[in-house]
Amino acid sequence: MVTTFSRARKQRIDALVNSGDEGSSLLQDAWARLKGSPLFWFGAVIVGLFVVLAIIGPWIAPHDPGAQLLIDQTSRARNSIAPAQNGFPLGGDTQGRDLLSRMIVGARQTLLVGIFATLIGLVGGLILGILAGAFGGWIDTLVMRIVDVMLSIPSLLLAISIGVLFTNPNLTSVIIAVSIPQIPVFARLLRGQMLAQRESDHVLAARALGVKRGPIVFRHMVPNSISPVIVQATLVVATSILDAAALSFLGLGSQDVSQPEWGQMLGEAQGSIDSHPQLAFWPAGAIIVVVLGFTLLGEALREAIDPKNRR
Amino acid sequence: MLRYTVRRLLQLVLVLFVLSLLLFIWLRSLPGGPVTALLGERATPEKREELNAVLGLDQPIIVQYFKFLGRVVQGNFGQSTGVSPGTSAVDVFITRFGATVELTVGAMIFGLALGIPLGYMAAKRRGGVLDNGYIVLSLIGIAVPVFFLAFLLKYVFAVKWGLLPPSGRQTPGIEATRVTGLFIVDGLITREWDASWDSVRHLILPWIALGTIPFAVIFRITRASVLEVQGEDFVRTAEAKGLTSKTIRNRHVLRNAMLPVITVTGLLTGLLLTGAVLTEKVFGYPGIGEALYLGFTKKDYPVIQVIILAAAAAFVIINTLVDLTYALVDPRIRAR
Repeated sequence: MVTTFSRARKQRIDALVNSGDEGSSLLQDAWARLKGSPLFWFGAVIVGLFVVLAIIGPWIAPHDPGAQLLIDQTSRARNSIAPAQNGFPLGGDTQGRDLLSRMIVGARQTLLVGIFATLIGLVGGLILGILAGAFGGWIDTLVMRIVDVMLSIPSLLLAISIGVLFTNPNLTSVIIAVSIPQIPVFARLLRGQMLAQRESDHVLAARALGVKRGPIVFRHMVPNSISPVIVQATLVVATSILDAAALSFLGLGSQDVSQPEWGQMLGEAQGSIDSHPQLAFWPAGAIIVVVLGFTLLGEALREAIDPKNRR
Repeated sequence: MLRYTVRRLLQLVLVLFVLSLLLFIWLRSLPGGPVTALLGERATPEKREELNAVLGLDQPIIVQYFKFLGRVVQGNFGQSTGVSPGTSAVDVFITRFGATVELTVGAMIFGLALGIPLGYMAAKRRGGVLDNGYIVLSLIGIAVPVFFLAFLLKYVFAVKWGLLPPSGRQTPGIEATRVTGLFIVDGLITREWDASWDSVRHLILPWIALGTIPFAVIFRITRASVLEVQGEDFVRTAEAKGLTSKTIRNRHVLRNAMLPVITVTGLLTGLLLTGAVLTEKVFGYPGIGEALYLGFTKKDYPVIQVIILAAAAAFVIINTLVDLTYALVDPRIRAR
């Protein structure tokens, strides 16, 4: 009896849904707007190429990025850097290694820094933001005070502060140093969104139906609050890559020379920037393009999910 | 209004207190430490212990912290151990503070002076060639690492063409009277124009390098904000009344569009301080950013403590001032 009733009701609801003109969900709507945005495609192509390069890089690099192939010519005159030559279109770096191979292989580490730093910041921020937004009261106050203290230190200063704790900085320590300043940013954003959701009608309706707090938070509040957080995450990938490069520049970057990373290469190049600026231009140019790609993607997403742009 | 201000100031004290405790514990967990930095890796254990006792580092950390707190409320952060040994950390901060103020204020003016008009123009010609051009410009401003831009400017204008000095704050040997610690202002007060001009020449490249950060942000916010205000009913009313476009722009659009710009200007302080560390290092500019960098490399705890606490305090105070400015700009907030 119960099943037939609910089936009948379901059919009626389906009929109603299908009868009128089809409304579009926010996601469909956002996708429709994204498709028409040149900024989105520009960013998406850059990011797509970057990810592909990061995956296949080690296989297409012409030489071993760690091998000092050009060392014989460089050892004669101290501090001289091998120029571009046959088989080495970009020449060598300060250690006589092939610059082109290091650039290609370096994409992977650069992407890893951006992705993992963002993920750590995102997860930490989600935990704090959900705690504050779901419970309110003294938990909210406590979490937000912690967040305020973290936000009162400029992000790179915080990253530097964490970076200096490691005696032998490697890629993991750089990722940790860069990610922690992002936690309060995500936490604050999610909490603000969830506070707005908490007062909304659909949450009130769910509460009135007797839905428990857990399902309300995870099925109603979080899914409706998450889109700005995802947009922010896209932008944070770009910030993380830039911050990691800044740490390298200050001498707090990864000391692990076997794994090239663009920020690290840029940091290494600063010593010879007056005589051989090309050593800095290649990694810097690559960083600029990739950061631009993620920023464009993030901006396009932000515009697309903004309900004000719905027609 | 008064209640609000007092509450924010009490919050500031709390933030600084928690921060000082965290900072204290964190600094003591750093590898190395000031004794190694001062004596080198191969000092004898006796000498190390002696210096530890002199610096008070042999006591339990809680005792150290409360002693530190007791001195701090008297304005004494201790002696610098690495950046300029012998002088007090507060003095190190004060002498360098003026340099960073000149750098960051100039960069902020650069950002505002360029960002607001360009943002307004881009919004007026939304979707046009100019608009897209400015957007790309501001995005590049975000994507280019500050220190790389600084290097680029230094390489082209100072090293290659020799138009401007590559580093420092004032040419050594120039005779200048010190009044305020702000070299440009000093020169203007004492009518030593050449000293002022010399400081400006040293600052032009750092201003541009650091100024791209506020420029990119302010441009984008102004553009978005003007676009939003332009669509409001009161703007259409003003147009319908037949007001001149100049009046509409100044009294109706810009005035309302400035609120988000003011907020962001406050939030930018943090970014500017960060950028200052990088810019000052590239240009060898003797500000607090450079002192912080030196402090880290030489494990100079007192100097790091003063600078980070001051930076956090400045950040909170400026954002409080920003909130208070709202009331000045928007009478609706004052009424509440």
